[in-house]
Amino acid sequence: MAIGVKFEKRLNPSAAMNVTVPLLSVLAALAVGALFLLLTGRDPVEVYEAMFKGALGSSYGLAETVVKGIPLMLCALGISVAFRMQLWNIGAEGQFYMGAFAASWLPLTFPDLPAAVMLPGMLLLGCAAGGLWGLIPALLRARWKVNEIITTLMFNYVAILWVDYLVYGPWKDPKGFNFPLSAKFPAAAALPTFGTSRVHVGLILAVLLAGVFWVVFTKSRWGYEIKVIGSSEQAARYAGMDIKGNIYRVMLLSGAVCGLAGMTEVSGIVGRLQPGLSPGYGYTAIIVAWLSKLHPAAILVVAILFGALQVGGFFVQTMGVPASVSAMLQGAVLFFVVGGEFLTQYRIVLARKEAA
Amino acid sequence: MKNRKFLIFMTVVMALALVLAGCGGKKEEPKKDAPKAAEKIKVAFVYVGPVGDGGWTYAHDQARKYLESKMPDVQTVFVESVPEGADSERVITQLVEQGAKIVFTTSFGYMDPTINVAKKYPNVTFMHCSGFKTAPNVGTYFGRMYQARYLSGIVAGKQTKSNVIGYVAAFPIPEVVRGINAFTVGVRSVNPQAKVKVIWTNTWYDPAKEKQAAMSLLDAGADVITQHQDTPGPMQAAQEKGKFGIGYNTDMSKMAPKAVMTSPVWNWGPYYVKVVEGVKNKTWKNEQYWGSLKENVVDLAPFGPMVPEETKKLVADAKKKIVDGSWDVFWGPVKDQTGAVKIAAGQKMSDADMLSFNWFVEGVDGTISK
Repeated sequence: MAIGVKFEKRLNPSAAMNVTVPLLSVLAALAVGALFLLLTGRDPVEVYEAMFKGALGSSYGLAETVVKGIPLMLCALGISVAFRMQLWNIGAEGQFYMGAFAASWLPLTFPDLPAAVMLPGMLLLGCAAGGLWGLIPALLRARWKVNEIITTLMFNYVAILWVDYLVYGPWKDPKGFNFPLSAKFPAAAALPTFGTSRVHVGLILAVLLAGVFWVVFTKSRWGYEIKVIGSSEQAARYAGMDIKGNIYRVMLLSGAVCGLAGMTEVSGIVGRLQPGLSPGYGYTAIIVAWLSKLHPAAILVVAILFGALQVGGFFVQTMGVPASVSAMLQGAVLFFVVGGEFLTQYRIVLARKEAA
Repeated sequence: MKNRKFLIFMTVVMALALVLAGCGGKKEEPKKDAPKAAEKIKVAFVYVGPVGDGGWTYAHDQARKYLESKMPDVQTVFVESVPEGADSERVITQLVEQGAKIVFTTSFGYMDPTINVAKKYPNVTFMHCSGFKTAPNVGTYFGRMYQARYLSGIVAGKQTKSNVIGYVAAFPIPEVVRGINAFTVGVRSVNPQAKVKVIWTNTWYDPAKEKQAAMSLLDAGADVITQHQDTPGPMQAAQEKGKFGIGYNTDMSKMAPKAVMTSPVWNWGPYYVKVVEGVKNKTWKNEQYWGSLKENVVDLAPFGPMVPEETKKLVADAKKKIVDGSWDVFWGPVKDQTGAVKIAAGQKMSDADMLSFNWFVEGVDGTISK
């Protein structure tokens, strides 16, 4: 006789649990982080306080946290569309780079365009390139059932190398001493910012998109179709839904939004095409989307929190806390939230096992 | 679709990877709250890698410690692993807001951000390493590493038996190209038959990939390996295969004592002291400093036991010529890969041309993507 552990699926995870479990998980992660800080001889309260103050405690810190949050919001929103249909688009990073690339083409080729033409043009190009980059894996998936996790992931490397090729080669700034940078964009290609901060109108785009997505996901027929296909492809097929068409549409939209993130980053922040535009926004956004349970409003909040965690992480370095601590904290948060998610979905049952 | 479970699994794996990556970092001793004397000058450093990289960032951090030890009225702070995109501008601003009077930004990609922040803080001095843009309060600094590379090339050229030397190169930018060329000129000054085979990793800090690149060069017949990245991966590869290596950035002999013959190293400490003293005495100017072997900003690390006396003497002689100014690496005649003379006898390559090097000298087996 032995005691066995079994996991039983909960029929109806309560709404209260859906909120409290992630919160408790974040607290648990912070506790683990605190333990680590204590073990390395630092005062966790002091470190957390400094992180909080650095990221959210001043108008400058807050603005910079939002700057960091914008590409995370946009990529996570893009990812969430695909994830709703259980289409695992891991390719936000590549779609981001393709968006940045296509958006850069316009100011580099026609530097004299007025802002009223330049910015909408860059926006359209960025979205189109991101969307097309998402559409290719969708085609492979819909036609030949090629696993989109693999293809979207591999497309990331292709996109990054493509941008590298351009800035090391044909798009290299002739006045740049052979360094891998494109020429600087003209002023007309810079997204407007709020006051003197670096927060650009990408924020408004992200909030608007989140609103639109919420309506589409919860109120529209298309949103319903996405959900049904995601839950059961067979049921959707019996109901006569167009599965292939939806794979195309969903990946096109998903990629376009990630491409938009790339466009806003080159236009609003960096002002030229260069390697290393994204310190992994497309991957962090997967975590953001997942933690938000794909809810558009939650994505906005979680993206800001992740932005804050990273900004705060840099901030406490001047206290002697190594860079790896903020990476570790992010990992711990994710770990506990995913673990908590499991406990929300399943209950643990201890049962006597009959001896074999 | 059953992918949901798979995704949960993947997410957990990614989370674990993040946690482990976090744990792997080097822990800095907590000693920041030393009693603050009145009016210490706060000097800040922005690093692209972790201070424990054993390479580029480590060399800068050693110099930061040297600065602190030489100037008791200086207090230093640093921020490590700062990406070159949107983050760097914020980090530099934050350091100034925390009271830094001098900021050293130690990677090429910090160029625009440094200039942007400098505009907002005219009373703060900024020093950007390896770039080409200056402003009234922004100077640039770098070192003529090619001179030390040339010397290390002599060591490699004398050591190789297969006449194939592997060069694990970082990115096809002028600094790296210049290093490969100088090294090759050094190799062929003592061994005109030898070839330098180049592999690009497109990384600065990726120990596994850089080691792998070295392995493939070793498999292709190389018996001496050198490198441009910030990790000792290629040196470890050379040691595992029982071959030789020439490190970079800092003395890498600790990581692969059987392989490392020497390393061209950075020695920023005295220069940092000079800059900070200049700012203190108000003699600082926004110059574009390019320190040489003579000023000891670049040098060779001590030789390993496998380096013969004859080689050491050749290196010493060459070093003497460069230091006293009677000769430099890219003085003609210099031929390119096709054998065409690019710098005629009696001509000297200008600094501007060296700073935008985009062709390989004769003896290099590799291509620069254009």
